[in-house]
Amino acid sequence: MIIASNVTKRFGKLRALDDVSLVCGKGECIALIGPNGSGKTTFIKCILGMVVPDSGFITFNDKNIIHDWQYRKHLGYMPQIGRYPENMTIGQLIDMIKDIRKHDGQQTDDYLVESFGLNKIFDKRMRALSGGTRQKVSASLAFLFNPDVLFLDEPTAGLDPVASEILKEKIRNEKQKGKLILITSHILSELDDLVTQVIYMQEGQVRFHKKIEELREDTGEAKLAKAIAHIMQSKQS
Amino acid sequence: MKKIIKYVILDILRNRIVLAYTFFLLVISLSVFNLEDNTSKGLLSLLNIVLIIVPLICIIFSTIYMYNSTEFIELLVSQPLRRKTIWLSLFYGLAGSLSIAFFVGAGIPIILYEPTSTGFMLLTAGIVLSVIFVAIALLAAVLTRDKAKGIGVAILLWLYFSLLFDGLVLFLLFQLQDYPLEKIMIGISAFNPVDLCRILILLQMDVSALMGYTGAVFKDFFGTETGLLFCASILLLWMIIPVWFSVRKFKRKDL
Repeated sequence: MIIASNVTKRFGKLRALDDVSLVCGKGECIALIGPNGSGKTTFIKCILGMVVPDSGFITFNDKNIIHDWQYRKHLGYMPQIGRYPENMTIGQLIDMIKDIRKHDGQQTDDYLVESFGLNKIFDKRMRALSGGTRQKVSASLAFLFNPDVLFLDEPTAGLDPVASEILKEKIRNEKQKGKLILITSHILSELDDLVTQVIYMQEGQVRFHKKIEELREDTGEAKLAKAIAHIMQSKQS
Repeated sequence: MKKIIKYVILDILRNRIVLAYTFFLLVISLSVFNLEDNTSKGLLSLLNIVLIIVPLICIIFSTIYMYNSTEFIELLVSQPLRRKTIWLSLFYGLAGSLSIAFFVGAGIPIILYEPTSTGFMLLTAGIVLSVIFVAIALLAAVLTRDKAKGIGVAILLWLYFSLLFDGLVLFLLFQLQDYPLEKIMIGISAFNPVDLCRILILLQMDVSALMGYTGAVFKDFFGTETGLLFCASILLLWMIIPVWFSVRKFKRKDL
């Protein structure tokens, strides 16, 4: 579904992405793991077209994304730090996005808006929201249009246990519908029962891209957290 | 595109600066027209205010607005929208609301007190200048990432167009006064939309005699239809070129 070929991006001297080539297929739930500053978010932003790569290209459903914008209809993005117009209320924001993005006859998926209880605080201004509530808004917006591909950048960071459980349940549901889901997270334990593939990035390069069963076999560890720790240690020594 | 323009205009109306600007223009133009018995004198005073205030407010408000909508832009970029559409909608929203503000604030008094060709020229010039300085502000905002730097650049640009340019031209004229520069002056004036508007209106007011021989050359050129056409196309270029450059820049910008 998404193919990235030799994507390179520099920010000044820093090589945020260094010759990244990846293939992400339909129905997978892929964990994007790596230390801070390893280029995970930059890679997601490249696919979204928010960051323009210096070289290399990305295709979505066999179409190059560089001159295309229609493909974003199929994407849902939950940013790591959601930044929204400060003087809008939650209700206005959601209505605006619906107004801009919805095309005729499309059903919106308000499940998260309701289960997070956002519809009760629709008149709160964005600037008055806590970090966690902001995350809830981001998550609701990402799932709102039933996208085929979901990018979740640190989805559960800042969410309370109840909300985080709701979100994980939702992710599981969407996975069952055969959607491609890309998650970055540092809390590996919660990815265990979600992901089917793991991409490990370091210093802007993809170190490996494996199925989770393969990873378990290679390292002999059942838990993802331990498996990754195993690999990181063996890399260092 | 219409939808985004709608949200931009709603947002601009909500922060009330544009309403204050409209009110300010209204007070000034009404008092200027009421101070003088002769309305054309009032028009002359208004001209000077318009040529200083309109570019200043337009360029600074637009630059600050663009920086403050970073989050809005970021949100829209990840949606299925063309980047060009997002940028142009912001431009239309800003240019539209500031032009309407000028029309209500200064245009209506002009139509009431001085419905002559000079009055309409001033009205058109004000609207054209509003649009041009919004365009320049967009370019300044897209070129610099830092907010303080961007606003600084905007103020410098305004200083250049309002004061420095005239100083430079005067300097050139005095240095090269032995040469016939009158025709070249027409070309040079094209590099500053504020000057171009001022010349156009002063010529309409028949005070060009005060400008000496250069005034006569100006009248010969700008008084004709080709001159007007030249002026109009230069002013149009002043709107299109900054917007075009900023769109190009924005398309490649990382957010």
